[in-house]
Amino acid sequence: MDVFGPDQQNDAAGCTQVSCGSSKDHVDALPDSIRDRIKDHPCYSEEAHHHYARMHVAVAPACNIQCNYCNRKYDCANESRPGVVSEVLTPEQAVRKTLAVAASIPQMTVLGVAGPGDPLANPARTFETFRQLSEKAPDIKLCVSTNGLALPDCVEELAQYNVDHVTITINAVDPEIGAQIYPWIFWKNRRMRGVKAAKILLERQLRGLEMLIEKGILVKVNSVMIPGVNDAHLEEVSKVIRAKGAFLHNVMPLIAEAEHGTYYGVMGQRGPTQAELTTLQDACGDMNMMRHCRQCRADAVGLLGEDRGEDFTLAKIDGLEIDYQAAMKERAEVHAQIEADRTRKKERAADLKAQLQLQSGAGSARTLFTYNGLSVGQTSKDLSGLPADLRPVQMAVASQGQGLINQHFGHAKEFMIYEATPTGARLVGHRKTEQYCSGDTSCGDGETTLQKTIRMLSDCEAVLCSKIGFEPWDQLEAAGIAPNGEHAMEPIADAVMAVYRELYEGGALDAAATTRPISA
Amino acid sequence: MSYQISDLCVSCHACMDVCPTKAIAQGESRFVIDSRACSHCDGDYAVSQCASICPVEGAILDQFGEVVNPPGSLTGIPPERIAALVAEGIL
Ligand code: SF4
Ligand code: SF4
Ligand code: SF4
Repeated sequence: MDVFGPDQQNDAAGCTQVSCGSSKDHVDALPDSIRDRIKDHPCYSEEAHHHYARMHVAVAPACNIQCNYCNRKYDCANESRPGVVSEVLTPEQAVRKTLAVAASIPQMTVLGVAGPGDPLANPARTFETFRQLSEKAPDIKLCVSTNGLALPDCVEELAQYNVDHVTITINAVDPEIGAQIYPWIFWKNRRMRGVKAAKILLERQLRGLEMLIEKGILVKVNSVMIPGVNDAHLEEVSKVIRAKGAFLHNVMPLIAEAEHGTYYGVMGQRGPTQAELTTLQDACGDMNMMRHCRQCRADAVGLLGEDRGEDFTLAKIDGLEIDYQAAMKERAEVHAQIEADRTRKKERAADLKAQLQLQSGAGSARTLFTYNGLSVGQTSKDLSGLPADLRPVQMAVASQGQGLINQHFGHAKEFMIYEATPTGARLVGHRKTEQYCSGDTSCGDGETTLQKTIRMLSDCEAVLCSKIGFEPWDQLEAAGIAPNGEHAMEPIADAVMAVYRELYEGGALDAAATTRPISA
Repeated sequence: MSYQISDLCVSCHACMDVCPTKAIAQGESRFVIDSRACSHCDGDYAVSQCASICPVEGAILDQFGEVVNPPGSLTGIPPERIAALVAEGIL
């Protein structure tokens, strides 16, 4: 059920704490030149993602390497959740689809080419798409994700089009570790294996990164965190890519299930827990870390958190007449409107923050939110009386924005994961869910979806929402997760800390953490 | 006999892009090699290109009808492991 049109979605999604609690956007930590370039990029700017839309097209199914977390039947796991197949398009179909979407969703600013496959291992299809789009829709920014093997050969051509963001997946800078992640590469017309192959791949990735920076193209690096393989090494990766000029590092958790049929899935390699991921992201603190990545599916269409891919299948866009010029003009107007709104909201937020500070008494402590390396203060209730060595607790929060607990458990499309410690609460991630009940009559498979959600939240000890039904209440409790609807409409940080305090006072934090299921 | 593609093909396009004789095309449900055009890459490369890039074990057969990339050779997954998961209904 899609209750929000693009505009309402915009308002309803509003902002999370980062924009309400502070007059600063997290990208303020970046140099002006970069900040300016990503301010309307929904994937890179936590704030922009509420306003602007992006889409991916799959035109590049071939790949020139093998990753142990990928099953080539499905999308490239570098960029999307494994197991989600997208429709492979010809360059002509991709251009048509992009123009149709950009005409229907004027908030659209970015078109990405990612998986399945490696865009630069498919240079003809990828560049034909870029060539046509940079001609027909010059206001749309293009971005591309790559494993990097063919990158050095493509930098020149990438620079010719409207490409100003490239994502390279770099999982290691040490070939010995790389060889455990990549079983083979296709290089100089033959299949190569082992450390030698990994060495070539890793060198090409870093060389490509340097060349892009020289051209003034922004580079983000994705790394897949694989416990026992590269987890201890990723801090080093972060340092190296930072030194070479990457502006953002996105450490993503390995997702591996036996049914995905990947090497890691089949061999029982586990993914990291949220706690391990957070610890690593904190350790890479010098680098701008991307913490709001939702690991969207590669062919997602629309604002983050909504997927309107279904509305733009080839069959549906077929008869569509598109007036390029008119659409572009409309986009320019909508974007100007969005910018004006953002300025207005920022002023209001600054005002709100000032009021909050006035309200909070002397004894109150600050709760830290860390966004891409920048800590944003938000006032929170009194923290006194909590022992400093109290163990941290993870909680899931259902919110539609405004920094409040204001969403029904069953309506949440994603949960924010908070970590409460004696020094405060902070956002450590997001998890997407299928809604178990969409409010209409098609509740047939509700059970299984609810169970999936509960399994996904199994490392949380409480779920905070505005309301929750009987059925999920029972099941959450049975799974050892405390449902809590008592803090509806309260600021998230305060509510999380209040629940943390209740847990402490109720003795729930005395039990060893190991009695809880750890896997996510 | 030319090289051939089995129905394990996942239509990833990779072989088509690297074939020196343009012998490979997209078919209905998988890619197909035109047996008249395939040269086994003789004269162009020491190893057949389609077999060297194909990511799917068992998808490419050589001129003798033999699987070029047998189970386990590309992914490193022991074939018994796959068999076990199939038996359990997981794969
Ligand atoms: S680069 Fe992408 S498509 Fe290629 S093997 Fe790795 S995850 Fe799969
Ligand atoms: S063996 Fe060589 S010529 Fe024959 S189909 Fe494969 S790549 Fe083409
Ligand atoms: S490389 Fe293999 S899987 Fe890909 S299209 Fe060719 S035969 Fe099919």
